[in-house]
Amino acid sequence: MSIKSQEKESMLFKIAKHREVGLLGFIILLAIIIQILNPQFLTLENLNDLFTNAAILTILAIGMLLVLLTRGIDLSIAATLALSGMITAQTVSAYPDLHPLLSVLIGIFVGTLCGVILGLLVSKLGVLPIIASLGLMYVYRGSTFMVAGGEWINAHQMSASFKAIATSNIIGINTLIFIAIIVFLFFYYFMTYTITGRRIYAVGSDPESAKISGINIEKILILVYSIMGGLSGLAGVLWVSQYASAQGNTASGYELTVIAACILGGVSINGGVGRITGVLLGAVLLGTLNNALPLIHVSPFWQSAIEGAVILFAVLFNVIVNRKYEKNQLLRRVI
Amino acid sequence: MEKNDYINNRIILNKREFSWKTYFLQWEWLLVLILALIIVVNSTLSPYFLNYNSITGATMTFLDKSFIVFPMVLIMIMREIDISVGSTVALSAVTMGVLYNAGVPMILALLICILVGAICGFLNGYLIAKYQLSAVIVTLSTMILYRGLAYVLLEDESAGGFPEWFNYFGWGYVGGVPFILLLFVAFAIISSLILHRTVFGRHVYAIGSNTKASKYSGVKVDKIKIIVFTMAGIAAAITAIFLTSRMGSTRPNVADMYELDVIAMVALGGISTAGGKGKMPGAIIAVLIIGFLHYGLGLINIPAQFLLVITGLLLIISVTITNIKFKGSKRK
Repeated sequence: MSIKSQEKESMLFKIAKHREVGLLGFIILLAIIIQILNPQFLTLENLNDLFTNAAILTILAIGMLLVLLTRGIDLSIAATLALSGMITAQTVSAYPDLHPLLSVLIGIFVGTLCGVILGLLVSKLGVLPIIASLGLMYVYRGSTFMVAGGEWINAHQMSASFKAIATSNIIGINTLIFIAIIVFLFFYYFMTYTITGRRIYAVGSDPESAKISGINIEKILILVYSIMGGLSGLAGVLWVSQYASAQGNTASGYELTVIAACILGGVSINGGVGRITGVLLGAVLLGTLNNALPLIHVSPFWQSAIEGAVILFAVLFNVIVNRKYEKNQLLRRVI
Repeated sequence: MEKNDYINNRIILNKREFSWKTYFLQWEWLLVLILALIIVVNSTLSPYFLNYNSITGATMTFLDKSFIVFPMVLIMIMREIDISVGSTVALSAVTMGVLYNAGVPMILALLICILVGAICGFLNGYLIAKYQLSAVIVTLSTMILYRGLAYVLLEDESAGGFPEWFNYFGWGYVGGVPFILLLFVAFAIISSLILHRTVFGRHVYAIGSNTKASKYSGVKVDKIKIIVFTMAGIAAAITAIFLTSRMGSTRPNVADMYELDVIAMVALGGISTAGGKGKMPGAIIAVLIIGFLHYGLGLINIPAQFLLVITGLLLIISVTITNIKFKGSKRK
């Protein structure tokens, strides 16, 4: 093998190793194409819109990252989001003078409670995460309808300060973006520099060894699902505040978009693999697609098909490059 | 002679000894008990429940998605999952509707509907088997893709106006028995035989208990996976035909969340997503349990939302019980 071709290949493998770089490159390429087709894309106003819409997805995807890292999955998050959003909205409509911060705390509390129940089912009773969260999805979604009693909470029932949580601007930038950045930075630190964060990775990559080295797996699992629940609760409040309406079917099916963002970001369903920066980029890529397709006059009915094709392509590309990389590593060992 | 006796004493029985106790302690009998309980409660709650017409009529409303349950049992025994089936139903139903409205004869449209389902399933199976991808990832992406294609084909319109005889699928009777119920029974028998009485079925179990070991012992893992996922696609197309026939028209958003309902039925039937465990009859009874539960609660006007909660709780409780049971048997 000539040195030149080896160098060329190692470039490809560097991209494979640092998936974030490849993803970022793809997003930039996409942005350039869209910008050429419609110069309105890269304006401050539109970017503000784009990131505002990606903010809730990012918050949820970060939680899902933790769950996926432990070889779990949580299908109940959209229902948790709806339930905590609904309860918060009802509290706000009953007590219009409630401080916005307190309403956020109510949402987080309800969400965490939902998450703890799932965590207990998964860790203490050993129910498989996909089944446990599927069952709870039904329970929480049904509870949302029952709590609501078939009614919607509309904009006029919410106080201005509550709606301002997700719609006000700070120096021209939407508050949702700030909240997402804070969540991102916190969890970046948590996952990279704290012992508990590293333990989450350990539990996912090899539960047996993690157990032997003294990690309390049950505790980690409960923690992870509680965090996921808490973030869903936060997202619920933000969602209701942003759209100024709480319904029984709020965010129905959104859990799968969140998982898709994680997969795009390079998180492995088999646990232990995935970085928070990748998840951020995955969410931004989905947000960009959602935002840009209408701008370049793609019919909204094509949106979902394009989204699906992009995810499938990303997954296949990733697998093919990884296989080549592994093959190459093996060959090198032989030589 | 002595030698022979020696050998005779060491004969290893091919089959486990039959005992009534272990036979009746099976999960499937508990399910039968739950089903009986539901029917008893239903008939005390409503005087209209326990007659032939009411029960057969009820089956027409909930059996359409049950066709996907059969292949889903095989898929989940193999430790895989398919969450794209709901979208496959939508895509094949919409294709059928669009083609018929474009002037294609109904028979041909029906065949193409089945073909579309088969292609969707084949693509899932091919990607999962050949690239060794996780089924969650593949079917999640194709779920979005297939649903998206359905929207591309029909946008926000609906396709209908099917010929008179097409209603027969959803509403027709054969000798006093609903056509869909007859087909359900036929499918139940055939798929039980396939899973429990054929080499193919044993291979499915082998893949679920240990994929690598079964591969090295000559089981064609890839081929079986592709076949089973294609079967799931075809089953989704059959569901599409019955659903469209019952509703009279089709839209891109039909069969929303069907995948989750089907997985719930299979899990309730005692098939563990950890692979290699569970039996077909369990899933068949689970279909009837959830169906009659919904129908019965509908009779006494319990809101649909409450059904969600009950279904969820039923799923969690039943799976927890099986878990405890399996843990107990392990300790022995």
